[in-house]
Amino acid sequence: MAIRVGHELHKRRKGRNIGVGLVLVAFVVIVFGLTVVKVTNGDPMQGFDHVTRPEMQPAEAAQ
Amino acid sequence: MTDATIMPHSQRGEGSFGDYVALLKPRVMSLVVFTAMVGLFAAPGALHPFEAFCAVLFIATGAGASGALNMWWDADIDVVMKRTAGRPIPSGRVAPDEALALGLGLSGLSVVMLGLAANWAAAGLLAFTIFFYAVVYSMWLKRSTPQNIVIGGAAGAFPPMIGWVAATGSVSLEAVLMFALIFMWTPPHFWALALFMKSDYEDAGVPMLTVTHGRKSTRRHIWVYTLLVAALAVGMGATSIGGPLYLLVAVVLNLLFIKGAWDILRRDEDSAQADGYATEKRFFFLSLVYLFLHFGAIWAETLLKPVGLGGW
Repeated sequence: MAIRVGHELHKRRKGRNIGVGLVLVAFVVIVFGLTVVKVTNGDPMQGFDHVTRPEMQPAEAAQ
Repeated sequence: MTDATIMPHSQRGEGSFGDYVALLKPRVMSLVVFTAMVGLFAAPGALHPFEAFCAVLFIATGAGASGALNMWWDADIDVVMKRTAGRPIPSGRVAPDEALALGLGLSGLSVVMLGLAANWAAAGLLAFTIFFYAVVYSMWLKRSTPQNIVIGGAAGAFPPMIGWVAATGSVSLEAVLMFALIFMWTPPHFWALALFMKSDYEDAGVPMLTVTHGRKSTRRHIWVYTLLVAALAVGMGATSIGGPLYLLVAVVLNLLFIKGAWDILRRDEDSAQADGYATEKRFFFLSLVYLFLHFGAIWAETLLKPVGLGGW
């Protein structure tokens, strides 16, 4: 039977790693959510810079 | 600044996740979140709810980043002051370099993400706010002039303006008024704290007004700034972000605030020491409620507008 000596330091490191992991997951979710909102918001835009392009408006809307 | 004097070698860089969160000054962040939200929702522009959530989140992250940079720079004086000796760097739980890296990393991330979520005017204002707090206030003003918190108060006053700009894309009079309210509120708030923290700032060599001009002068300064902020706060009731509810809240709170400042002005050090600075402490806590309720009333006016009850 293996004996593992637990140390308070390991607990702290584990907590830190879990915390950083959760923050990274939350960040990915936020970027994904923002992308979905920006793309589905209805305004014609080019995905790379989220800037509205009037020339991309349909002909009747542009008049 | 050397970290060798601050922390024992064995503890370097082994802080818990909570220690890194503490570097971001969560209590200051909560005020930033609230005032930025009010600025954002009181503005006439319309952001998608998720964009608004992200905008507030990244404004708060930027505020946290500037807090980490402030703690990195001030570690040498934080270790001297009782109020700040338990912070992660002076207590040796986080290395100064880590705080610097976290502050710089989150600064860049928050500015870029706010630009993508809302607009680049808001992002630019956030970048300026971080620079103002970390460089202009922490590195320059704090240790060189008793006007440190008067001018430095601008850093804490920007969040509602950033929220407003995030929603509208530009600065307007209402955004400037919300900025001015926090800007004028900051000096009496911090000077009341300096009065009852007694020798903390003196021990650290920070030229607070209590140290350079004495306590009697500080009491006079609190009185004058309280009158100024009261006039501004009540006057805001007549603008488009005000309304009957806001005006009622502002009149009651400012009467209490002026009464508190008057009590502070009339006291001398002997009577203050005799009751453990009870009046100054009461004024300090009132000042927290004061700001929260003013912005709460602005928000309430915004919420009441769709049902025809908010505003004038």
